[in-house]
Amino acid sequence: MTTANQPAAYRNDFLKEVEANVEEGHMVKMCMQCGVCAGSCPLGSHWEHSPQKIFMMIRAGKREEVLTSDAMWMCTSCYNCIARCPRKLPITHIMHGLANYAHRLGLAPKGQPTRDFAVMFWNNLTKTGRVNELKLTLGHYFKDGIGAGIKKGLEMKGVGLGLLKAKRLNPMEILGGHKLQDLAGFHAIVAKAREIEDRRRGLSS
Amino acid sequence: MTGNIATNRTVLVVGGGISGMTAALEAAECGKEVILVEKLPTLGGRTARLYRYFPKMCHPTCGLEINLRRIKGNRKVQVLTMTEVVAVQGRRGDYRVSLRIAPRHVNENCTACGDCAKAVDAEIPDPFEYGLKTTKAAYLPHAMAYPQRYVLDPSIIGTADAEKAQAACKVGAIDVAMAEETVDINVGAVIWATGWKPYDAEKIQPYGYGRFKNVITSLEFERLADPAGPTGGKLLRPSDGKEARNIAFIQCAGSRDENHLRHCSRICCMASLKQTQYVREACPDGSGKSTIYYIDIRAIDRFEDFYQNVQKDPSVSFVKSKVARIAEGEDGNLVLHGVNTEGYHRYAADHDLVVLAVGMEPEAKGIRLPEDIVTDSSGFIEGSKDEGMFGAGAAASPLDVNRATQSATAAALRAIQVIHKTAATETAA
Ligand SMILES: Cc1cc2nc3c(=O)[nH]c(=O)nc-3n(C[C@H](O)[C@H](O)[C@H](O)COP(=O)(O)OP(=O)(O)OC[C@H]3O[C@@H](n4cnc5c(N)ncnc54)[C@H](O)[C@@H]3O)c2cc1C
Ligand code: SF4
Ligand code: SF4
Repeated sequence: MTTANQPAAYRNDFLKEVEANVEEGHMVKMCMQCGVCAGSCPLGSHWEHSPQKIFMMIRAGKREEVLTSDAMWMCTSCYNCIARCPRKLPITHIMHGLANYAHRLGLAPKGQPTRDFAVMFWNNLTKTGRVNELKLTLGHYFKDGIGAGIKKGLEMKGVGLGLLKAKRLNPMEILGGHKLQDLAGFHAIVAKAREIEDRRRGLSS
Repeated sequence: MTGNIATNRTVLVVGGGISGMTAALEAAECGKEVILVEKLPTLGGRTARLYRYFPKMCHPTCGLEINLRRIKGNRKVQVLTMTEVVAVQGRRGDYRVSLRIAPRHVNENCTACGDCAKAVDAEIPDPFEYGLKTTKAAYLPHAMAYPQRYVLDPSIIGTADAEKAQAACKVGAIDVAMAEETVDINVGAVIWATGWKPYDAEKIQPYGYGRFKNVITSLEFERLADPAGPTGGKLLRPSDGKEARNIAFIQCAGSRDENHLRHCSRICCMASLKQTQYVREACPDGSGKSTIYYIDIRAIDRFEDFYQNVQKDPSVSFVKSKVARIAEGEDGNLVLHGVNTEGYHRYAADHDLVVLAVGMEPEAKGIRLPEDIVTDSSGFIEGSKDEGMFGAGAAASPLDVNRATQSATAAALRAIQVIHKTAATETAA
């Protein structure tokens, strides 16, 4: 059984740690290493560890290698693997669960673009309770500096103007944007959720 | 007719494949009265359509012939073909069973001369060849058919072809007016030997069966390899009739898969290992290559020897991988995509023919069985709660012929015990 504040106790048994802390982690042991997910992933040739490999590494106790892998961050949620897995593993969910766990432990690869964007998205969303698409887009464009941002902005000008015309993009959002009425309540909910999750995982926030 | 012969001391065997024939014979040779019903026009079941048997690579006709001879020589077995069970009522030792007998339109006078087939023009997809070729609509199901009697396909009844067949028959065997019959019989025990059917390969979408001509099933491959089959034993691929030289076998096609069949069909690993030897035999110059894509090879107990011999065969290679998907090339060749899990190598492998080792599901799945019957999570028949009905052979579990006959013998023994108990209580009363 898992008890709070003792993650170290599980470290020599990484499968148990994953089962306790990762979304759908209890399904990892159902994998029979058939390889269908690895062969079905459209991005499979671009990363080192296919889901199948990750699941074997978990069982082999390769904690460090799994949690620092960029594989989970490359998953685009196409659901090809889930549709084909003969054991019905919720592979996509496990991959995202692992990414989240690695991030919370601070082990996820630094500068990994998907991770950076995910952090940006989360911060953007939790600030007002609403996604501010304009700020999110600008933040994304300018993440590599002013010059790169301007270049990207010009490249995407046509799309931006089209969105404006179709009233899908509000330039006034730059001034703060729409938000939830009970913002304080929302922040309290998010904080509470994190507290519960961390307690379950034995982490300190 | 049968109604007056069958009593509650009779054993009913449903299904006339190798298991049904075995169960019927074992019970009859112990002195019991047996009725053997088969829904098709001939006995023999699925095994009659195999080219060779593992593990000894002998021809199925041999075993079939022995069993048919035993049946012909035993007056205690009454065979009813084209007959299905419609309903079962009652309980152990005293069942009432309704049988429906479809019209064959050919009576006992038939000498199997084949004159009717010559007279008829219409052709139908040959059921024995899984539709890989056509046959005349007046046909003998196959060379070893029992009874050796022709059948008129229902599609020609009422057409000029039926008249022609009738006119051509010199012994007056053709009866176009023959009608469906329903017969009620009384029996003491029932053995369900209804066998298996291949899993519908079209449902395995990424493999393209039904869309790509050169993706075929292992059952169709048995017919291609058979010199008496549609291609005269040449491994001709369906798209262009070219001889296949570089053949892929995909294991667990539909088996061990929560999206399809949950169970391991148990015989398909051995079937593919066997079929690699057909490839070898069809290409005496050594140009034939077989590649088996597998999750793990399940060659149980003494079959391990067979597996090891195939492993030594340089024409056969093994790739540990469940193929992710198949794409079709312009020339009808197929490209298999996946990852070899021994070393995690990604492949895109070209083959000119793909054989899907399709899973076995119980034939009885989907048909309405008596309420008392207990089946497992895949639909295989375990038996009835009152212990008067039993599953045998591939109806009870995915089994090879050897194990199917063992299971049939066991079912016969149980049925005999039921009959003995019935007799004992009746004498006591
Ligand atoms: C590709 C392939 C290759 C194989 N090769 C081999 C091999 O080399 N060696 C080996 O040992 N095994 C082999 N097998 C397995 C073999 O086919 C089975 O073990 C065998 O068919 C089992 O016989 P059975 O009598 O139980 O079932 P079946 O052969 O299926 O016979 C059942 C009979 O019951 C009849 N029936 C069904 N429903 C009803 C009904 N409702 N009423 C009346 N009759 C009914 C059917 O028409 C059929 O005649 C192979 C299987 C596959 C898929
Ligand atoms: S498809 Fe499913 S069973 Fe197969 S390797 Fe991937 S996770 Fe495991
Ligand atoms: S016998 Fe082999 S091919 Fe058939 S389901 Fe089992 S493992 Fe798969």
